[in-house]
Amino acid sequence: MDPMVSHYEAIELQMVPHPYKIHRVIKETHDTFTLELKSNTSNGKFAFRAGQFNMLYIFGVGEVPISISGDPNKMETLVHTTRAVGTVTKKMAKLKKGDVIGVRGPYGTNWPVKAAIGNDVVIIAGGIGLAPLRPAIYQIISQRKHYGKIILLYGTRTPADILFRHELEKLKSRLDVDIYVTVDRATREWNGNVGVVTTLIPRAPFDPINTTAMICGPEIMMRYTIGELVKRGVSHENIFVSMERNMKCGIGFCGHCQYGTEFICKDGPVFSYAQIKDLFGKREL
Amino acid sequence: MDSLERILQEHPFVKNLSPEHIQLIVGCAKNVVFEPGQFLFKEDEEASEFYILRSGKVALEIYTPEYGPITIQTVGEGEVLGWSWLVPPYEWRFDGRAVELTRAIALDGKCLRGKCEQDPKLGYELMKRLASVFEGRLYAMRLQLLDIYNSKAPKQTK
Repeated sequence: MDPMVSHYEAIELQMVPHPYKIHRVIKETHDTFTLELKSNTSNGKFAFRAGQFNMLYIFGVGEVPISISGDPNKMETLVHTTRAVGTVTKKMAKLKKGDVIGVRGPYGTNWPVKAAIGNDVVIIAGGIGLAPLRPAIYQIISQRKHYGKIILLYGTRTPADILFRHELEKLKSRLDVDIYVTVDRATREWNGNVGVVTTLIPRAPFDPINTTAMICGPEIMMRYTIGELVKRGVSHENIFVSMERNMKCGIGFCGHCQYGTEFICKDGPVFSYAQIKDLFGKREL
Repeated sequence: MDSLERILQEHPFVKNLSPEHIQLIVGCAKNVVFEPGQFLFKEDEEASEFYILRSGKVALEIYTPEYGPITIQTVGEGEVLGWSWLVPPYEWRFDGRAVELTRAIALDGKCLRGKCEQDPKLGYELMKRLASVFEGRLYAMRLQLLDIYNSKAPKQTK
């Protein structure tokens, strides 16, 4: 066979969505939801690495990149959590059990779960940014003894916007994980922290020299979070962020998600801060 | 007194202050404890104290007729609370309510102002430390005002 033809065929295969049936829809908060998907074909298993994303396609409406939010060790079910914010995700929020959507992926780089072994791990999430970090949390917890301290700092808008609330409560009941949640505004019914997530960093109990930090949230939140981590003494090489741009093809062909010299879909979405610090915060990008 | 001095020395706000200055501060200090739900101060009351928080959590609240008390910030262990004692008319602008059992060192505002007037070096040192707290709070407040988690912000992958 002509090698060029097989090359094009391989690319074409990556662009073809596979049908997945919705197994369960979970309403997380007023504007976020989780879809649990099962494959219509093959052995039904979906392997991915924590931090990767899929292109989800609602036939006749459009395709969007959504991070995988499930457990990498549970390959029978593919889990995505997102917010109903655009045309596609708003339509997606209305899907029911049994409906079929198209899935392409998984794409992109992963959180440094293995490289963090032996270190303290600080996971810092803002809003819906907790969803792409959840696979890393599952994976780290499943191998708890290999890590130092595990600290999750989570900031969101109000107590009603706390994502995966029951799971966080369950995790908090463990004695070997520190979880701090803060909200931007609250009434008296909330007895937790109020203030931005960066305010939790100065007193979080980790050793900055031996810490791997994983951050996901709005870019401005990540920028200020990095600033606080660096102030504490965490090196640029040990800080990881998940970047977001307008991804279309998912395989570095279309250029929609170009970020300086990088493509977010292919070289990211997870980058070390050292890798992108010259690009990070640049207004033109 | 010894114990207050030791506690103050270990607090991040006071750390590395000269022993002479710590001694001056101790003269204005007392240990205080607040039960959950107890108010440290209320809006419009005279701001007579400055709190160095040792443990617990305090909510700063604003009362709104529509929604009742709204928490705008919480502060806790290792932080300080209140600068209304420093600025005329020396009145609190918010309510301060203990969310958890809270232990603090309360410094008498009038006494502290007097010491700072008498010893400008102490005054300047305290002012630099307070300015750093103001800066941090202002910075955090600006970020809070941005409402960055608002669902109207364009988000697709997260």
